[in-house]
Amino acid sequence: MKAFKKLWRLIFLSATLTVALCACGGDKAGDASAHITIGIPQDLEETLDPHEAMAAGTREILFNIYEGLVKPNSNGELIPAVADEFSVSDDGLTYTFHLRKGVKFHNGSDVTAEDVLYSIGRNADPSSETAYASAFSNVKEYKADGENIVITLNQKDNDFLQSMTIGIIPKDVTDIATNPVGTGPYMYVSRSPQENVILKRFKDYWGEKAYIEDVTLKICSNADSIVMDLLGGSVDFFARITSAQAAQLKDADFNIEEGTMNLVQAMYLNNAVEPFTNEKVRQALCYAVDPKEIINLAFDGKGTELGSSMFPAFGKYFVKEINDVYDVDLEKAKELLKEAGYPDGFSFTIKVPSNYQPHIDTAQVIAEQLKKIGVTAEIKLVEWESWLSDVYIGRDYEATVVGVDASQMTARAMLERFTSDSSKNFVNFKSDAYDAAFNNAISTTDDAKATEYYKECEWILAREAANVYIQDLAEMVAINKKYTGYEFYPIYVLDIAKIKPVK
Amino acid sequence: MDKTKTRNVKFILGLTLTGIILVMMIAGIVHTPYDPMAMDLSAKLEGVSFKHIMGCDNFGRDIFSRVLVGVRETMFVAAAVVFIGTFVGIIIGTVTGYFGGWVDEILMRFNDAVLAFPSVLLALLVIGIMGGGTKALIIALGIAFVPSFARIIRGEVLRIRNLDYIQCVRLYGASHLRIIVVHILPNLRTVLLSSVLIGFNNAVLAEAGMSYLGMGAQPPYPSLGLMLSEAQGVIYSNPWNAVFPGLVIVIMILGFSLLSDSLEKKT
Repeated sequence: MKAFKKLWRLIFLSATLTVALCACGGDKAGDASAHITIGIPQDLEETLDPHEAMAAGTREILFNIYEGLVKPNSNGELIPAVADEFSVSDDGLTYTFHLRKGVKFHNGSDVTAEDVLYSIGRNADPSSETAYASAFSNVKEYKADGENIVITLNQKDNDFLQSMTIGIIPKDVTDIATNPVGTGPYMYVSRSPQENVILKRFKDYWGEKAYIEDVTLKICSNADSIVMDLLGGSVDFFARITSAQAAQLKDADFNIEEGTMNLVQAMYLNNAVEPFTNEKVRQALCYAVDPKEIINLAFDGKGTELGSSMFPAFGKYFVKEINDVYDVDLEKAKELLKEAGYPDGFSFTIKVPSNYQPHIDTAQVIAEQLKKIGVTAEIKLVEWESWLSDVYIGRDYEATVVGVDASQMTARAMLERFTSDSSKNFVNFKSDAYDAAFNNAISTTDDAKATEYYKECEWILAREAANVYIQDLAEMVAINKKYTGYEFYPIYVLDIAKIKPVK
Repeated sequence: MDKTKTRNVKFILGLTLTGIILVMMIAGIVHTPYDPMAMDLSAKLEGVSFKHIMGCDNFGRDIFSRVLVGVRETMFVAAAVVFIGTFVGIIIGTVTGYFGGWVDEILMRFNDAVLAFPSVLLALLVIGIMGGGTKALIIALGIAFVPSFARIIRGEVLRIRNLDYIQCVRLYGASHLRIIVVHILPNLRTVLLSSVLIGFNNAVLAEAGMSYLGMGAQPPYPSLGLMLSEAQGVIYSNPWNAVFPGLVIVIMILGFSLLSDSLEKKT
């Protein structure tokens, strides 16, 4: 009998081992409405400096900590923040901002004109290399006049006000990258790398104070375990879940809110490596990849097809017709490959950040679609950190599937990336026609003309097939029924201050 | 109850389960009912039916076909890992066990250091350096498996080396190489057999675990661990997606454990 007992033990053991592989839960979050745990797919960047951080996932959190003279609201309009009113001169060259009284930094000191000048200076200084330096290169002069900040431009710039959303920081804090101090509704408390970031409500906030006292941002880099984390109660809120994940949560204690993510999901191609140096090869991929099928297979039909680096929230800059440049045409794709010297296809590797399930799913469908024209796409999952250092900064990749957004709601912020010598041009796209159109767009003072030039840029990106454009993802947000009030923004922002407990 | 009888039950059960797995593996190599990578919108998350006996996943891919290929993948990785482990393990084990001295000291202390390190962490480290993928996984797990094999072989060689007949051969003037290859290695087979079977089991679990963590097979290529991990997203609405790959892992491990258990006692 002893042997049988052992046998049962063995069966039990191997069964539990498999179950253990399946279930990696987390610890339960407290019930108190004074606290919320928000899941985020990746750790924030090393630097929390509002003028240096470049990843969308970092900026959407920093939105809660820093504020500019103006800030966007959920309609995409700019509303006064650290400044309580502003005016623009008739010639469009002089901007005057009046500082709001009683705005305090998280360290307790008042916001002064010097702090504002310091914050602008960090970006406007000719030697500045911050993420916003190019947008500020047009600034001729900035000075304080009592409680007013007066900024003069070299030439009229219809998008300039957007640049005034940059975070205002105190001039005497030198370690802003590790010790963020802003004026936003939440203040930074601490962070544990790869684990969490802790925020606390700023009690001296000038405006409507946040509802929830303590916020834990929990890093959930395993895309597969998000549903478990939510159902298990260790996470109360997660933005950008897939429709399959949403279906699991509907019957449970979660509300699913729908909006759009406001980014351009595409298979970004490294235009500087063979065979993507050849425009025909890139076009062939565009003809072979069917965004509609991707949206239907992996996203339950939710998503907006895109044809270029621009999404609908941009309003007048978005051109719907560009999406029709490439309709699925396998024969044409094969033809183009033959002309380019690849009659039997080729193989390449798609690097996908492993923490973004939507991008992994998309890459899988793309790989399957490309098989039809004889092109083999291998998928390689990489950690977010190595994606950032190898793919985005190092540009060491062939293709990658990610979503790209704009740091501000301007066409310039969205499209400048693809000019030949932009430091953000991680796809190495080089086109003289594009550079010319872009330069025309930023040098003209006529808004209507500028819009036309920006549209031309978008057409060039599509016609020269810089990337294989796919969609603006539908954003589904899972929020525990204990909370309400989440608002979607037309930019990549997670406004925690609006979330409140259900009474 | 009679001891031999339970042993026989174990043996037969183990053989049956292992047989099932082997049949699945061969089917995975020869012919699967569907292309394991082909996506089909109309079959998305379809339940168990005669057409798809294990249902379909989120992309409408046939899970049964994917399991068959997944078994093949897991068996291949496990076999390769055990092969690397035994091959390097035998070399290190015999050299250290037979010659002793400072070579023994250095190699075995190094061995201890590797052994003291958790094998999954070690594998993660190697994969981190080499980047993911099946090849990296095999090398990573192979390295992690060497020390335990080396230790077992060394102990056995140490024992055999001092037996009378080896002394005898040495007096006849046989070379070291001849003694090792002709007189020692063949005597290692009993120890080897059971440790290979146990090692194989550990390798299966390690492969599933690493793929689950996204370190092994890369999507869309099916591997049992990866399928489990993918199924986790739909575990409440479509539990079958997780149950079948999990069940196959259980059968695999149980079969080999029973087999090694019964063989160990027979010899």
